[in-house]
Amino acid sequence: MADLSTNFLGIKSPNPFWLASAPPTDKEINVRRAFEAGWGGVVWKTLGEDPPVVNVNGPRYATLWSQDRRVIGFNNIELISDRPLQTNLDEIRRVKRDFPDRAMIVSLMVPVNEASWKAILARVADTGADGVELNFGCPHGMSERGMGSAVGQVPEYIQQVTEWCKTHTKLPVIVKLTPNITDVRFPARAAHAGGADAVSLINTINSIMGVDLDTMVMSPSTDGQGSHGGYCGQAVKPIALNMVAEIARDPATAGLPLSGIGGITTWRDAAEFIAMGCGTVQVCTAAMVYGFKIVQDLCSGLSNFMDEKGYTSLDDFRGRAVPTVKNWNQLNLNHVDKAVINQDSCIQCGRCHIVCEDTSHQAIFATKDGQRHFHVNDAECVGCNLCVSICPVPGTITMRALQPGETDARTGRVIDGSYANWTTHPNNPMSTSCS
Amino acid sequence: MDLADLKAGRLSAADYASNFADAHPPLNRPQALIEAERCYYCYDAPCQTACPTGIDIPTFIQRVAQDNVRGAAEAILTANPLGGMCARVCPTEVLCEQACVRNTNESKPVEIGLLQRYAVEGYLAHPGKPLFTRATPTGRRVAVVGAGPAGLAAAHGLAVHGHDVTLFDANAKLGGLNEYGLATYKVAGGFAQKEVDWLLSIGGITPRLNCRLGRDITLDGLLTEYDAVFLGLGLAGVNALGIAEPELPGLQSSYRDAVDFIAELRQSEPSQVAVGRQVVVIGGGMTAVDAAVQSKLLGAEQVTMVYRRGIDGLSASTHEQHWAQTNGVTIRCWARPLAVEAEGGVLTGMRFAATKLEGGKLVDTGEQFTLKADLVLRAIGQTFDAAPAGAAIELQSGRIKTDDDGRTSLARVWAGGDCRAGGKDLTVEAVEHGKRAALSIHTALTGVAHG
Repeated sequence: MADLSTNFLGIKSPNPFWLASAPPTDKEINVRRAFEAGWGGVVWKTLGEDPPVVNVNGPRYATLWSQDRRVIGFNNIELISDRPLQTNLDEIRRVKRDFPDRAMIVSLMVPVNEASWKAILARVADTGADGVELNFGCPHGMSERGMGSAVGQVPEYIQQVTEWCKTHTKLPVIVKLTPNITDVRFPARAAHAGGADAVSLINTINSIMGVDLDTMVMSPSTDGQGSHGGYCGQAVKPIALNMVAEIARDPATAGLPLSGIGGITTWRDAAEFIAMGCGTVQVCTAAMVYGFKIVQDLCSGLSNFMDEKGYTSLDDFRGRAVPTVKNWNQLNLNHVDKAVINQDSCIQCGRCHIVCEDTSHQAIFATKDGQRHFHVNDAECVGCNLCVSICPVPGTITMRALQPGETDARTGRVIDGSYANWTTHPNNPMSTSCS
Repeated sequence: MDLADLKAGRLSAADYASNFADAHPPLNRPQALIEAERCYYCYDAPCQTACPTGIDIPTFIQRVAQDNVRGAAEAILTANPLGGMCARVCPTEVLCEQACVRNTNESKPVEIGLLQRYAVEGYLAHPGKPLFTRATPTGRRVAVVGAGPAGLAAAHGLAVHGHDVTLFDANAKLGGLNEYGLATYKVAGGFAQKEVDWLLSIGGITPRLNCRLGRDITLDGLLTEYDAVFLGLGLAGVNALGIAEPELPGLQSSYRDAVDFIAELRQSEPSQVAVGRQVVVIGGGMTAVDAAVQSKLLGAEQVTMVYRRGIDGLSASTHEQHWAQTNGVTIRCWARPLAVEAEGGVLTGMRFAATKLEGGKLVDTGEQFTLKADLVLRAIGQTFDAAPAGAAIELQSGRIKTDDDGRTSLARVWAGGDCRAGGKDLTVEAVEHGKRAALSIHTALTGVAHG
């Protein structure tokens, strides 16, 4: 069986699945249940200065559902821990003592002054915790008070606070980044410059889940008013994966340890983040949807995948996908894919035809010899993948790469197997070579 | 003299209530939303092609999924004004649901019939402003004879276009087979009359009940008084068994046509309907199944459907056969009725000859047997009674010959439903006949193409 253990910044955990700083890690009873269920580590819900913050006593969560009520996206307007600091610290100490093999990271958020950070770091170090995570991501409530994403959106603040923390604690410092910025590389570079041991990302995305059309009030609402909250869950995974990749392939931050967060729901999601360079992955929404037992399914799936692929440890495939992420201008414009419909498994729903006909390239025929029959017209197919995306039967429509010597029926060009990208394309006025 | 052991009130009130409740209860909202999500919204959807009335099924299901019940009902009722009844009685397993592409991988189609029922009945429960409004009255008058599915669909279509419709029916209530010919558990909740009330709410339709063609009115008379006539006469005749039927006192109640038994059940409380302890139903169609199952539900101990050919020849669908068997009905094939058996003037059973196929022909094997019975129900098919319409109208295979739009051989006379030749005797097909004939009549009367 594959070894799922991780050593992230010297912090060991039996598997890469950490619970992210969020309601599931709010207090001792939850975290004990999580460890008993098998979670490799937790990032304790963010601690701040006393007196504790106050949460609303109404809906803190709202949900984007599929038709059959599967949770696709999720948002929240919870603040950081609303319990006294010492209560949290006492509980952290007790739980860490009882589960020494699990990672115990403490998330922190205090005002932007050195004394505040110094004071809380000292108290955290006393608990025996393994590391701290600086919450520069929370996009609601705390940001209005100059903390959370208000810090994370200003690289200079990130660097400054990170430097203070590195000065005042020996614990590893993880900087948690907000996605509510235009280019995640800048805050990541700032954290790196400040001496961060790692960055974790993404925190939640600013969002309003909806509007109640009977009352004309946004949701979630508290007594007739609402506030934007942080969006997470499966729907945000592609955004998170891109941001992780941007940092992983940025020469300025290459090699900076990453803890991946954002919509991780299945072992596949986790494996993808690891392949994109993450040392650990953090999960929240999946636990809030299914309960803590889900970690056993994540571990089982990841372990079986690794056995099947012959990976003995996570390091065997960590970061393997990073070199495949390029700027668009590096993509091979000589490569040609065509869609292929497997007639044996096609159920004749015709969705590929109508979406191609209406919204793409009119490249799927609906009849053959007068009969309902869906097949690709190579003379029009540009290989866009729309048909693959909407086909309800897995594996029925696939893309086939034309091989050298084959002729692209659309352009009449013979595939010669050569590589050429936009930088050298004759249509590019900025091309480096037009010959 | 005592009759056979034939009596009403065999069961408790609670048993009657549960036995004759909705056979297939409607979907609730969560169920409907989940089921609607299963629809793939196919292009040129096979289910729509399979629907005789061409309901845009992906559209109505998408609207159900989006919680737009009124919009869903509009999509259904535009194509099929009796979409509510069809949702309950259509053999969907051989129509839309058979065509559903979900069958390929799952053998479980989208529950189109149940979703259609959810949409139409959800709309009818809170109709709001009318879905259809009547065009400016044209002053043209059309007689629709027969208020079954075909006649109701024709009347509605004509009224929408502004024509004045008089809707004649020989019975005391509108609805035809919907009101008199379907098993009670298929149309629980008085749905047939609710649907009729909605259809008539369009305005411009004047019912004339207890008015029989050939007795109270004539086709010639109608043609004098009206600009056009639509005949939705149904099948008024019943096939005879072709055996000697003895004169027995009380035989009328112990040896009867299944259609009368079914109609009596629809027009009475089930507890008032007499049934035997042992019932034999002769025939293999939907009427036979409705009669047999309801006999069982009325408290009969042993109910046997007897059909002269093999199981593959039954005109009742596999779904209907399973429904009968699940309800405890025995289906016995390869036997034809020979004689009514009686003792002391009381029906005691039916004698049958065993049959087999020989060189493609049905022949007797020489074996005979008797099934004990207190009640025998005949359900070997109905026939078109041509006499009331008069001798002038051309027939084909014993029913009225028409073109695709329902035009008969007589000028200004259209026909549809089961009385029209060439159909499959389905409610949904009758609706399509009425719908198309209404458009054809409208075009003929106004010179305006369909619109």
